[in-house]
This record gives sequence, C-alpha cells and structure tokens, in this order.
Amino acid sequence: MKNGIAIFIAAIVALGASWCGLVLAPSLQLGPARLTTVLNSTDTYPLQRTGEASLGLQVYRANGCAACHTEQVRQDGIAVEVMLTSLGTSKAEDFKAFVQSLFILPELAPVTNTIADSLQAWNGDLPKIFLVTGDKAIADEMVQRVNAAGVKSQLRIAPSGPDLARGWGTRRSVAADFLYDQPVQLGSLRAGPDLANIGIRQPDANWQMLHLYAPKSVVPNSTMPSFKYLFAVRKMAGAAPSPDALALSGEFAPPAGFEVVPTAAARELAAYLLSLNANVPLYEAPFTPVTSAKP
Amino acid sequence: MNPNENKSSASGSSEVDASLRVPLLALFGGAAVWLVVGLVLGLIAGIKFHAPEFLSACPLLTYGRVAPAANDAVLYGFCIPAGLGVMLWVLARLSRMPLVLPMVPVVAANLWNLGVLIGTGGILIGESTGQPWLEYPRAAAVILFAAFLLIAVSAAGTFGWRRERSLYPSHWFLFAALLWFPWIYATANLLLNTVWLPRGVVQPVIGWWFANNLIFVWLALVGIGSAFYFLPKISGRPLVSSGYALFAFLSLVFFGAWCGIPASAPVPAWLPTASVFAALLTIVPIVAIAIITVKTVWGARVSCQGGPFCFIKLGVLCFVVSGLMYVAAACPQASRVLEFTWFGVAQTQLQLLGFFAMIVFGAAYEILPKIMGAQLPFPKLAKLHFFATLLGVLLFIIPLALAGVAQGRALANPAIAFADASHAGLMFLRVSTTGQLLILVGALCFALNIFVMTMKWKLALLKSLVAAVKAPLPEAPAPGDSEVKA
Repeated sequence: MKNGIAIFIAAIVALGASWCGLVLAPSLQLGPARLTTVLNSTDTYPLQRTGEASLGLQVYRANGCAACHTEQVRQDGIAVEVMLTSLGTSKAEDFKAFVQSLFILPELAPVTNTIADSLQAWNGDLPKIFLVTGDKAIADEMVQRVNAAGVKSQLRIAPSGPDLARGWGTRRSVAADFLYDQPVQLGSLRAGPDLANIGIRQPDANWQMLHLYAPKSVVPNSTMPSFKYLFAVRKMAGAAPSPDALALSGEFAPPAGFEVVPTAAARELAAYLLSLNANVPLYEAPFTPVTSAKP
Repeated sequence: MNPNENKSSASGSSEVDASLRVPLLALFGGAAVWLVVGLVLGLIAGIKFHAPEFLSACPLLTYGRVAPAANDAVLYGFCIPAGLGVMLWVLARLSRMPLVLPMVPVVAANLWNLGVLIGTGGILIGESTGQPWLEYPRAAAVILFAAFLLIAVSAAGTFGWRRERSLYPSHWFLFAALLWFPWIYATANLLLNTVWLPRGVVQPVIGWWFANNLIFVWLALVGIGSAFYFLPKISGRPLVSSGYALFAFLSLVFFGAWCGIPASAPVPAWLPTASVFAALLTIVPIVAIAIITVKTVWGARVSCQGGPFCFIKLGVLCFVVSGLMYVAAACPQASRVLEFTWFGVAQTQLQLLGFFAMIVFGAAYEILPKIMGAQLPFPKLAKLHFFATLLGVLLFIIPLALAGVAQGRALANPAIAFADASHAGLMFLRVSTTGQLLILVGALCFALNIFVMTMKWKLALLKSLVAAVKAPLPEAPAPGDSEVKA
C-alpha cells in the first residue's frame, strides 16, 4: 500500500486540529482573561488569595484533596420570578383586574394560567411573587407593563438544580471563579461534598480544623480519612491549653496533659477552605441576591 | 493487503525475535513490576473507603496521594512501556527486520522505570502537579519524554529499513501512536508542569484534552493496532477488511481527539459542545472496530483456553464496552447524573485494566515464548492469570459502574442527604475491592512468569559465559550467546 504518507499526514491533521481547537483556541480566548465586575456593582471579582489561603491551595494540591472533592457547582437552569413590592395607590382587586386585561397579549399566552393561579387566593400581602418562569423575556415584559401602570415590581433571578438545592452554592461555577487558582483543582469525583462555597457554608476556622483532625467529631457519619499528620500532639506548657489548641472532647481528645495544635500546613489549608466562595452575581451567571429583594 | 509474515521463513523471524529479546524483557519486566505496585497502591486506596482510618496517620499514604499514584503507576508504569514493547515487536515482525539499535530501547526502558519511580515518589511526598493524569513532577516528565523518544527512534529506524515494504493496518495505528504521545505529553507538560501556568480554566481544558488523548486515543491506537495484528495471526484468517480498518482508524483519530471536555465544565459553552458532538461521532469507530473483530475471529477454529487469543478477544470486547460507556457519560442528559460519580472511574479503569492490559497480556504471552525460544515456565499460572483477570475485571468494574449510577441518582435528588447518597455506593465498592484483589492475583502470575523466564535466561547466559571462559579454545561462542553483543 502506497498511502502510508497520506495516512501519516491524516493523523497529523487530526491531532493538529484538536490541538488548535482544545489547546490553542481556549488559551487565546481565556488566557487574556482579566478581573470581571460583579453584576450591578463596581466591585471586581475574583479576589486574589493572600497569605495563608494562597499557601493553603498548595496543601490542598499536595494532599490530593481533589481526588474526592469537586470545586464546581452545576445548575440546570434559572427561574425568573416577578415580585410585586408595592401597589402604589391601587388596590389588590385593581391589580388583579389589570393583570387580567394583559392576558390578551399573545406574548404572555404561555404564562396566563400560572399568573391567574397565583393571584387567585391572594389577599394583597406584599411582597408577592406572582410569576415564576424560565423565560426571562416574558418576565421582563411583565415587569415593564406592571410598573408602567404605577405599581412597583421587580425581577428576581434564582438559579436552580440539585447542587444548588443542596446549598452548595447560589449559582453555577463559571470560568471567572478560577482566574487566580494555580493550579485549578476542579476535581472529578464527589466522594465528598462539593467545596466551591465551603467558606460560606462552614465559615468557622475551628470547625474546619476539628473536621480535618477528626472528621467524625463534627460529622458523625463522615467517610473522610483524618488528616492527623497535619497536627501536632504535644504536652501542655502549663495547666491550660494554648490558645490555638483544638477543643476536642470524648474519644477524640488527646491524653490528659496533652493538647492538639495545628501545624502551619493545617492552618493554611483551613484558610484556603475559608477562602472558597463563589457566590457573587456575574454577567454570565446572574442571580438576584436575597438581601436586595427585601422591600 | 499485507500477507503478514505468515510465509516468512523460520530463520528470518527467529533473527527478528532474537533482536527483541533484551529490549522486550526490559520493557515487560519493568511493566509487570509497576503493574503490581500500581494495583497494590490501588488496593490501599480502595480499602480506605471501607475503613477511612486505614493508614491515615501516614502522610505518604493518604487517599489523595495513593489514588493518583496508583492510577499513574498502572498507566505510565505498566500500560505505556508494555504497549511500546508490543509495538516494537509488531513493527519488527511486520518489517521482517531485526530491531534497529536494540540497545536503545533497553536504555530507554531503564530510564522510563526511573521516571516512573521519581514520579510515583513525587506524588507520595506531595510534589504532584495537581493536574489529573499528569501528576508526575517535572523531573519525571522530562525523563519519560526522553525515554519515549529513544524508543520511537528505534521503532522508526526499524520501520525505515524494513525489508517488507508493504504496509499493514497495524502500521497506521502504531505510527499514529508514536506521533501522538510526544505531541500531547510535551504540550501538556510545557503548559501545565512549568512555573507559569495558564490562567484559570485553561488548565483543566488542556488537562482534559491530554487525558482524553492519552487514555482514550493513545491506548486505543496501540491496543487496537496490536489486536489487528494478533487476531488474524492467531486465528489464521485475514483481517476483515483493510478498508474497514482504514475507516475505523481515520474516524478514531479525527473524532476521538476532540472528546474529553465534560458537558457541565465551567468553560465557554462551545468547548463542551464540540466535545459532546465528537463523543457521539466516536460511536462510529467503536462500532467499526467491533465489526472488524467479529468478522475476523468469528468461526475461527482456534481453541483459546485462557491463552493469548482469549486475552485479546476479551480486550477488544472491553474496549467496545468502555468506549460506549465513555460516549454515554458524555451525553449531556447522562452527564448530569453520571458526572462526578464512580461511573467515570469505572470507565477509565475498564479502559486501562480491561481493554489495554488484556491486550498486552495476550500479546506478551504470545511474544515471550517466541523471543525466548522457550515455553512459559508456568503455563498454568498464565491460565489462572486469564481467569483471575476476567473475574477481577467483572467484579471490579460492574459494581463500580453501578455504584456510580446509584450515587448519581441519589445526588440528583436534593431530598437525599449527601452522606446517604455516598453510603448508597459503599456496598458496591466493597465488591469492587474484591475484584481489585483478583486482578492483583493475576498480575502476580504475570510478573512471576516473566521474572522466572528472565532468571532462567540469565542463568543460562551465565553458564554459557562460564563455559566459554573455561573452554580451552575460544573459537566457537556457545549457542544463545549472540545477543550479548559479543
């Protein structure tokens, strides 16, 4: 067969194409990425880790935490809610009648039933969410129409999905969340829970230390191995334990007269875990923070 | 279509085989040791899921270090060097040409083992790069890369000076593999294993590209390329057909190379979309390879009884299953449930231990008696190896995949607490540890056969040397002495 060269060239083209597509193109597209701005704010995102937290990422890497933990929250979609915050001068019955009159608009046809249902038993309590939809255009239209009639309503965006329902985050993880991570530790197996927002879920450094030293002392059915080698068991200097000693009790406590103190690596790892939070709204992953939704 | 070397004279092929004796013993011997090491480390990692406190006081053996060290020892320590050994033999046989520069692969094999040793040690002391499947620190990566190039030089030289000019389908697969590895390994290490990493999620994208091209494409190229040589050879029937094989080859390299980016990855949406599309198209080469294999071996009057033929047929079957699992897990709907679960682990392990290792075992049992000019020292252990590995792979992979499905379904339902979702898979994991143990038993049989074979050969060599020294007239070197570069 004389087509040996042709086949060799075909292999080069095949690998070269995937190299251009999956190595070169992402590097060109994402490599120059800079700080992004938090939605409806002038704050920049993400913050660069400093001090112990940035060293802690290396402890996380060295001990292979990513073998069991992901740092990536997924979402299935978004639910857009239209929330009525003020009726202005009109009454609840007027509002109902007004909304009824909008039902003839063809673009609202898919949601007329849900709106009618949610307003049926409403007695005028505020704030009132009267429309939940996956279609942002319809919600925008509704807010515009209603606000033009003199009442106040606002749009709220709530991402949805099992990861979010577990409280692992408020929105999906996006590229911007990992801008400063060296190396990025996405993980591929959830033998343990996701850690993308562990700094918000467990903001207590002492809890993190206890959990690293003896996971079962704070999570009784945990399957995490302990990381005792990140701690030192030493004799108490005086009658009272030193300030940074872990408050262990029962079967987890060290022998009398001894105390468990974290090493630098343990403190760094805990600081890194506390720095893990990816919960600001971004252009590519919008949501409405709960605080601003209060009337 | 290449007539293979069925017609080749006995003296020609024995000359070829003799030239491969030392290089292949070096490659297979090291690979067998690393396989045992990798499986033992994997077993330690597996036990930690039943007893989290098992060896937890030892920082070297914490799960996050042992698990990647085990995976890499199997992939880099066993699969790649053993695959290269098989590749050298197939290329030399097809070329009817003794290996060019036979000492270069021997040096390379030792270098390679040094690289894997440094890499494994590096992971265990916490010097891993943190990039999945690319954990080996810089020093190890440089050594592995150099060793690969040395072997590639020898392979390319043998091919360049070949006496049989016509090409055979295995050539395409094996040559593409020779091109593939340096390209992807150099790219991934230059970008992910230096001081200045690319920004943010560019790292995992390159990591996924690399892992897919190594574990899915490279292993498929070498494994299937070798199977397309051995299956017709053992069954005594021609490969059906060259045209199908070309189609399978081209669709594998063009579609397979684009897979690997998970559907939910936090990267611009076009990347996972391209990958999912490529994964769906990858069904084409998988089915083509299945059809070629079935048509080639169907009705072959060869009883295999746990021999090389069994190993290689089973290897191709595992390739098809693992490929289909890979495609299934890439579909967005399935990926929602199966991503981040044991299912992905099951698929990768099936690819490594079910598909690739099986083909390498079969090829080694076919090659070793030929290059040594002697039967296997323990043919019964080789048979035990087959059945232990078959049962081991079944017990290892199926429960792991089921655990993944159970875990994924539980995790998709937020009403089920996370701890309950994890515990749902524990019973399955327990069974899969038994499977790992059986695979280890098989690997020990393999290592023992190679070890004893090497020892016997070295003893014979020593005896002939002693005899040559004692002999009054040194005119005739003892038979079997020619390979010592005397």
